Amino acid sequence: MALLEVRDLAVHFESEDGLVRAVDGISYTVERGRTLGIVGESGSGKSVSSLTVMGLTRARNARISGSVVFDGKELLTASDDDMRGIRGDDIAMIFQDPLSSLHPFYRVGDQIVEAIRAHRDVSKAQARDRAVEMLGLVGIPEPRKRAAAYPHEFSGGMRQRAMIAMALANDPKLLIADEPTTALDVTVQAQILELIERLQQEFDTAVVVITHDLGVVAEMADDIAVMYAGRIIEHAPTDTIFREPEHPYTWGLLRSIPKLDSPRDEALTPIDGRPPSLINLPSGCSFHPRCPYVRPAHRRVEPALEPVEAGGDHRVACLLAHATRRRLWHELRAGRSPEEARSLVEPEEVA
Amino acid sequence: MSDTVVRERDDAAPAPRGDALVEVRDLVKHFPLRRGILFDRTVGAVRAVDGVSFDVLRGETLGLVGESGCGKSTTARMILRLIDPTSGSIRLDGQEIATVSGARLKELRRGMQMIFQDPYSSLNPRKTVGSIIGDPFQIHGLLKDDAQRKRAVKDLMDLVGLNPEHYNRYPHEFSGGQRQRIGVARALALKPKLIVADEPVSALDVSIQAQIINLLRDLQKELGLTLVFIAHDLSVVRHMCDRVAVMYLGKIVELASSDQLYDHPRMPYTGALMSAVPVADPQLAKVKRRQVLAGDVPSPTNPPAACRFHTRCWKAQAVCATQEPQLEPKEGGNLAACHFPLTDDEVRERVPSARV
Repeated sequence: MALLEVRDLAVHFESEDGLVRAVDGISYTVERGRTLGIVGESGSGKSVSSLTVMGLTRARNARISGSVVFDGKELLTASDDDMRGIRGDDIAMIFQDPLSSLHPFYRVGDQIVEAIRAHRDVSKAQARDRAVEMLGLVGIPEPRKRAAAYPHEFSGGMRQRAMIAMALANDPKLLIADEPTTALDVTVQAQILELIERLQQEFDTAVVVITHDLGVVAEMADDIAVMYAGRIIEHAPTDTIFREPEHPYTWGLLRSIPKLDSPRDEALTPIDGRPPSLINLPSGCSFHPRCPYVRPAHRRVEPALEPVEAGGDHRVACLLAHATRRRLWHELRAGRSPEEARSLVEPEEVA
Repeated sequence: MSDTVVRERDDAAPAPRGDALVEVRDLVKHFPLRRGILFDRTVGAVRAVDGVSFDVLRGETLGLVGESGCGKSTTARMILRLIDPTSGSIRLDGQEIATVSGARLKELRRGMQMIFQDPYSSLNPRKTVGSIIGDPFQIHGLLKDDAQRKRAVKDLMDLVGLNPEHYNRYPHEFSGGQRQRIGVARALALKPKLIVADEPVSALDVSIQAQIINLLRDLQKELGLTLVFIAHDLSVVRHMCDRVAVMYLGKIVELASSDQLYDHPRMPYTGALMSAVPVADPQLAKVKRRQVLAGDVPSPTNPPAACRFHTRCWKAQAVCATQEPQLEPKEGGNLAACHFPLTDDEVRERVPSARV
């Protein structure tokens, strides 16, 4: 049985302007010791979906439906007390900005001690030893001394490491990392990625990493879910996403980043337009206003996330035929622009 | 694309390509550290920039890269004279500008503009887009005729891909990418000789980032702009820049053409930076041996002696702590300040995208 199983999760927020469909029916599973990468742009719902798993979106105006089963337990209907017991213990989270996630008035060590004692019946001294051990484990020099420092006395990379130490102090079964390296320099990012990988191997932790950086998921994730406008539009093993992506949005993402190993003068192909409003989602396929291969029917028919090949682990939500998508990607890979690819392949109208 | 702006540029004397527009020599910025309330005394200095020399050639894009705190933004701000250098020389078009002030400085600033990182905080929320882009004209007493100015602003909006009809809108009505276009239009208004772009795309989403990168590249080709481009994303820098200077703790440690630098980095620090960039290709990621630097960047108040990178360098030997290496040509043509530059084999192992 999977460690985490999310089914048809929808998170809508009522607002003055209307219903915000932040997450609109997503399903995924994460096995022990595996890493799932959730990729998407701002507003795609990647953070909201993970916060909901943690029970952190239970606001008065939130409408949450679907199911989140963790280790055999349904989390969406769990009481707030139960969730408090699970958060920071079985499920831990690392946030993007370590400065605003650590309390500025308390010493780093004390904050980790508190996180341990909230879940374990241990003495202060025992908890302190564990905190120092964790700080040492994440590579903070002189951990016993540095445990007495305040967050502002740490550099950005050290703060992020301290937060990882806190997150892992209770041996969580699942670690959710929301843009864990976005605020960091590349050299520090490399240190943090290495650290998460090493700790994951040691403790067999399952990891969900949320990021907009395709490089980070290429190096870390076993599987990738690409989100757009509150839905998963493509889900596949990491190699497959990069080698044979099937969704025009994924193609767009892959072709808008400059790569160190492609010719320097190659122009980037941005995705036209911008992400839609989550209050007023486009009809049919929500990517259709930005899709270069759109056909009239795509404005009416909503695509479902379906396997590319029956029984396969590569799923995509696109109305184009598989053969058409293959040919389009082939043309794009050969350096053709989306317009050229479209005129060569001539996407068919759906029935 | 607006005809006027482009044509006016063509009328001007064609700038000879390849010679230096900006010459920076031994530029230093030390920020004093003070203590005491009644009796202010200086107890040390943050050596943000500690003697850098380089040229920016006419019509090129020069990249400045390095970790936070390496002095890249301070260097750029000194070139624009937004902060005063402690010592050293900056020549623009052959004229010394490191020490000018008053009316001469204002005159000088017409020729140098900046594009900022954050498209939200760099635009005044209470001004319309038209007046934001038109402000440079007003500040410098140009185009006093309203109709003329409006026309110029609309041309600029058109040039950067904004709808000129949105002249009277406010910044909050635009998305992040469009706001950055407004910032670009404002920087282009006075037809500057030099534009400094400090992390112009790092606050933007991936798909929008590509739009702005393409815009900057197109504008540069069309208008022959000279750009200093600061970014921490090494793949964006490679894509944008003709030459790249790598900075570490206030010094330039390597300077080379983009192709040379990315095909065969020589300074171990450059190699570590490139090795740290996550590659968006799982196959390459698997074969790569990630070179992880231990620890943090040392404090710039008390930088290590001689080669400043020796405390974190895996190739360092005794001489690195006693003798400062000079920036000099190494194998492949890169200028690097290093006693033990990387060999081709070492590069191949760590940087899968290298072509040595």
